[in-house]
Amino acid sequence: MSKKNLKRLDLIFKNENDGEVILVKTMARPTHDLINDLIISGLKGRGGAGYPTGLKWKLASEAEGDMKYVICNADEGEPGTFKDREILTQVPHKVLIGMAVCAKIIGAHEGYIYLRGEYKFLLPSLNEMIDDFHVLMNKIGFDFRVKIFLGSGAYICGEESALFESMEGYRGEPRNKPPYPTNSGYRKMPTVINNVETLAHTYSIFKYGPEKFKDLGVQDSRGSKVFSVSGDTPNPGIYELEFGMSVKKFVDDFGDGDAKAVQVGGASGFCVPRKKFDKTKIGYQGKLTGVSLPTGGSMMIFNSSRSMYNVLHNYLDFFVEESCGQCTPCRVGTQQLLLGIEAVKKGERSSEYLDRLLGLAENMRVTAKCGLGQSVANSFSSIVENFKEEMIY
Amino acid sequence: MTEMKNLVKSLADNYGRYHESLLPILQGVVEKKRFLSEEAMVEVAREIDISAAHVFGTASFYSFLNTSPMGEYVVRVCKTITCMMHGKNLIIQELEKQLKIKLGETSHDGKFTLLETNCLGQCHKGPAMLINDTPYTNLTPDKVRDIIQSLKQNDLVSNAATQVN
Ligand SMILES: Cc1cc2nc3c(=O)[nH]c(=O)nc-3n(C[C@H](O)[C@H](O)[C@H](O)COP(=O)(O)O)c2cc1C
Ligand code: SF4
Ligand code: FES
Repeated sequence: MSKKNLKRLDLIFKNENDGEVILVKTMARPTHDLINDLIISGLKGRGGAGYPTGLKWKLASEAEGDMKYVICNADEGEPGTFKDREILTQVPHKVLIGMAVCAKIIGAHEGYIYLRGEYKFLLPSLNEMIDDFHVLMNKIGFDFRVKIFLGSGAYICGEESALFESMEGYRGEPRNKPPYPTNSGYRKMPTVINNVETLAHTYSIFKYGPEKFKDLGVQDSRGSKVFSVSGDTPNPGIYELEFGMSVKKFVDDFGDGDAKAVQVGGASGFCVPRKKFDKTKIGYQGKLTGVSLPTGGSMMIFNSSRSMYNVLHNYLDFFVEESCGQCTPCRVGTQQLLLGIEAVKKGERSSEYLDRLLGLAENMRVTAKCGLGQSVANSFSSIVENFKEEMIY
Repeated sequence: MTEMKNLVKSLADNYGRYHESLLPILQGVVEKKRFLSEEAMVEVAREIDISAAHVFGTASFYSFLNTSPMGEYVVRVCKTITCMMHGKNLIIQELEKQLKIKLGETSHDGKFTLLETNCLGQCHKGPAMLINDTPYTNLTPDKVRDIIQSLKQNDLVSNAATQVN
């Protein structure tokens, strides 16, 4: 068993069968009260970008459109992330109720769950849940229908505008922003798109009130977070923990005693080396003291037997394959970074070449069109800078 | 009408003839035929009245919408970091041995295609693979041998059944 220094929480996965009661109670309240509750709670998006959920719903409620949509992002493709699958397996009704309340607030009648193709095996159970949900919608007299849209094996389709393109029958290529989804999303209509976990949290907020949620976590990062723990750990799996913990505390609980690095946030996240475990906290960037790392919840632990060169190589391989190829900095940049570290490793290039590659990665951060290309530098720079010797020898 | 025409027509009847129906229809063809032939793509284009080039361009973007023939069982082994750390190479070796094919190939009897794929969202139970839609996790070479043997014996394709560990 793992040591339990960190408090385990049980908000999301608690099996509560009061969906109908909560829904009826919530739907009876004025929409501005509901939006206010979300804003007070401090809930931010759990899909990675961390946009305040209350504000997103407010903007969509104010936007003009013939149709509006609520979309649940269940594309979960970030390496090391598997929490949304678990939420959709254990408590899908919380996600659906969150979608219904959102639909009422913004004025939508259609909702979609964009489910990654790799999770197609969940379809029978999810469709059953949705059938029950539609019965409930009829019973309370609210005109809202949810359908599942299945992905087909493309990580980039988790990016919200690529996801809309995919649903519309196109290649999953991200759009320029602005406009943002709250004004122009699916079929160019006002759309709220939220991560699975975000929607499930709204259920708890409407049930228990915003204060209970706000009391958890720290400034700028409120509430609990579902973490996907994998790698060199005796206890891989899903854990709901409070925001604001240090990587050190996390490793004390989940490491195998020999952790040399933790990758926070998957391949697009940051690598934290042992010497920085103490100073690094998990949460959204904000006014916190010290470094604070946001994450969709992926925590991968590497012990001292692992080559960080191999880890970085694996991530770059992933990006080369999953880049949509639409913009040059990302399409060419990911390939050059991969070839570059191979050349340094083989001794075909001197170690100074790593600095040029770091420059290239930082350049991608500002010139790439979407979050995929922009965040390659997160893992690239944090691994190369902290494990330079491993890149060379 | 040919069999393909019938299939595409029934899928379009089901999902509608909109641009938004394109992926669901293509997915439906792949589910039945395991890949999208040129005939299939031309037929889909005709049925929902868009260009065949657009259908091809879209299909080729998605790694699960195969445009070349696949075996009856498509085996996709996760090659991403945690599965790699937990021995996916041994899993692939065992699969190559059992199926007598190399990565990327289809067996002579057309039954199995062996591929690698990116993170399947089963990292806490790596190494992991998908066979058609079914995930198999916590793999060992022994376990792989048993799975392949039972599929070889069992001609029924069992789709969408969750594997329980
Ligand atoms: C390359 C890329 C992949 C993404 N994949 C996902 C994903 O699988 N699931 C998800 O919820 N958000 C993903 N996002 C973030 C979405 O674009 C979007 O911010 C999110 O769905 C909004 O929901 P939230 O506010 O509840 O987090 C991804 C972003 C990028 C750039
Ligand atoms: S950054 Fe990469 S994934 Fe994003 S639009 Fe450009 S090529 Fe596509
Ligand atoms: S790394 Fe293999 S399932 Fe995630």
